[in-house]
Amino acid sequence: MNSIWPALPVLLPLLGAILTLFARLGGLQWQRAVNLTLTAALVILTSQTLLVAGTNEHQVYLLGNWLAPFGIVLVLDQLSALMVLLTAVLALFSLLYAITQATDERGEHFHVLYQLQLFGLNGAFMTGDLFNLFVFFEVLLLASYGLLLHGGGRLRTKGGLHYVVINLVGSSLFLFAVGTLYGILGTLNIADLAAKMADVSADDQGIVVAASYLLLVVFGIKAAMFPLYLWLPGAYAHTSAAVAALFAIMTKVGLYAIVRVHGTLFAEKAGALESVHIDLLLWIGILTLILAAFGVFAGRGLKEQAAFLVLASVATLLIGVGLNTPQALSASLYYLIHSTLIGASLFLLADLIARGRGSYADRLRVAPPMANAILLGSVFLFSAIAITGMPPLSGFFGKILILDAALGHELQVWVFSAVLIASLLMMIAMARSGSTLFYQVSSDTHNDGTALNPAALVVVIALLLLSPALVITAGPVTGLTEQIAAQFTNCEGYINAVLGQTAVTGK
Amino acid sequence: MEWLIAIVIGVMTASGIYLVLRARTFPVVLGLTLLSYAVNVFLFVMGRLQIGQAAIIDPSAPGYTDPLPQALVLTAIVIAFGMTAFLIVLALKARSELGNDHVDGMSYVAEEEAAKQHKAEQS
Repeated sequence: MNSIWPALPVLLPLLGAILTLFARLGGLQWQRAVNLTLTAALVILTSQTLLVAGTNEHQVYLLGNWLAPFGIVLVLDQLSALMVLLTAVLALFSLLYAITQATDERGEHFHVLYQLQLFGLNGAFMTGDLFNLFVFFEVLLLASYGLLLHGGGRLRTKGGLHYVVINLVGSSLFLFAVGTLYGILGTLNIADLAAKMADVSADDQGIVVAASYLLLVVFGIKAAMFPLYLWLPGAYAHTSAAVAALFAIMTKVGLYAIVRVHGTLFAEKAGALESVHIDLLLWIGILTLILAAFGVFAGRGLKEQAAFLVLASVATLLIGVGLNTPQALSASLYYLIHSTLIGASLFLLADLIARGRGSYADRLRVAPPMANAILLGSVFLFSAIAITGMPPLSGFFGKILILDAALGHELQVWVFSAVLIASLLMMIAMARSGSTLFYQVSSDTHNDGTALNPAALVVVIALLLLSPALVITAGPVTGLTEQIAAQFTNCEGYINAVLGQTAVTGK
Repeated sequence: MEWLIAIVIGVMTASGIYLVLRARTFPVVLGLTLLSYAVNVFLFVMGRLQIGQAAIIDPSAPGYTDPLPQALVLTAIVIAFGMTAFLIVLALKARSELGNDHVDGMSYVAEEEAAKQHKAEQS
């Protein structure tokens, strides 16, 4: 069905970025107001988009009215609609935190970069063209370089340099993969690629598989999967809290790209090439999860631990995707919503704690007692329960759903042991961090920390409260994720919707 | 001609990878530039090698070359150009902030060692 809906969530942040740039004339207060209004508007728009996508049809927008596969298409289905909504909600909370803690005062153009980041993210979620995906990746990366380095600082520069270099290598590999696929299949439209997979001759199959593994490496760098995750802790732990929180969605972009591109290309239509990447994905997920749990254990600071917890959530999602059933995909999507929001809240909370501890920051060392330790400690306990997947919060339900989907899989023993052992390790590590931060205080009462910012705390608590909300609404949410998984698994529908799209005729 | 192009791409990619793995930021920047050159040529060749053919379909023309890779290369060149410019500025920033051009900022490590020693002396 031809519609304007796929283009709107991409257009709004693009126009928003330009508007925010002009708002600079009025000063920072104006930029804040404009950015906040635009992000709130994006939340409303994307929730409307999800409702529209719920009509169970693929909505296609032909850019410049050029027919697929010749032109570029934007495709809205329920999966992409869910992702843009999640991005917008996360962006709203991160922005509120950034404003309450005045993160944006530490450098220029924070708000402009913020909108451009959203533009890149939404574009990557909506596009139906592989090369266009590359372009949107570059847009979101360039904005993320700016945001990551915003405010400056030596550790931030060092972490940022690693992040930029590895992503530039990733971009080169992406182009190699795109070129190879174009050389063999003669198209770059994802739906058209999927349709042509069946016709790949036996001689060319190896090349297509090589290209798909190259793409897996590229998306793996974004998703931070083993062994390509080494950039993540340094980059995430040293950037500002609001940016780290927003970046909780960035790893999920890589995961989404794997699901979208590999899931569509190597569906049952691909014949001999069906699911060539799946076994690899599952093993990588298991390995990443174990290493991430060790990382949480070894983390010297709370922010570093939060970065490894983000990694653990990505690993769990990789396992969910690697199980390769609609049920597992649905479970993964539930866990994705949970882990993005709660992982982000942990970065914000770590920042609040670090400010309260002054020069000791978030390092896990014995420090003088901080102000409002009981209040912050309670919030920390709550978020630790949510992120490690203990009952009764949403992390528990997400993990149960994924483990339930793993029942009967040939690698179920491995999946169960990895998920459960990793959860145990993370739980012990978080318990140790909590006791170091809040119980083992030194007798020296001189604390050079700043007073707790109540507005920032309210933002963090509001974000955390989404976890019980996810539990209470577990019925409708899993209903939605099941619907999404069912729609996604029906690749035929996607291909027909894109390739069967007729151009709009003028008068 | 195919083998010549293939060797050119291979050598450029290999040199690019070697340079990216170096420990100083300047060779890394050069390596990324070489990698992007290699990928540009690679993309261009993916439309197959044609000599003296137009990219626009004309009924009187004897044949034509695939115009799409040319469009892709143009986009890739522009993006790589911008990214390289950004990386050079970042490398300079890292050079001034970290005190040297090592990709891991060696001075930071040295500084931490010094702090540790200082602490050990105190206790």
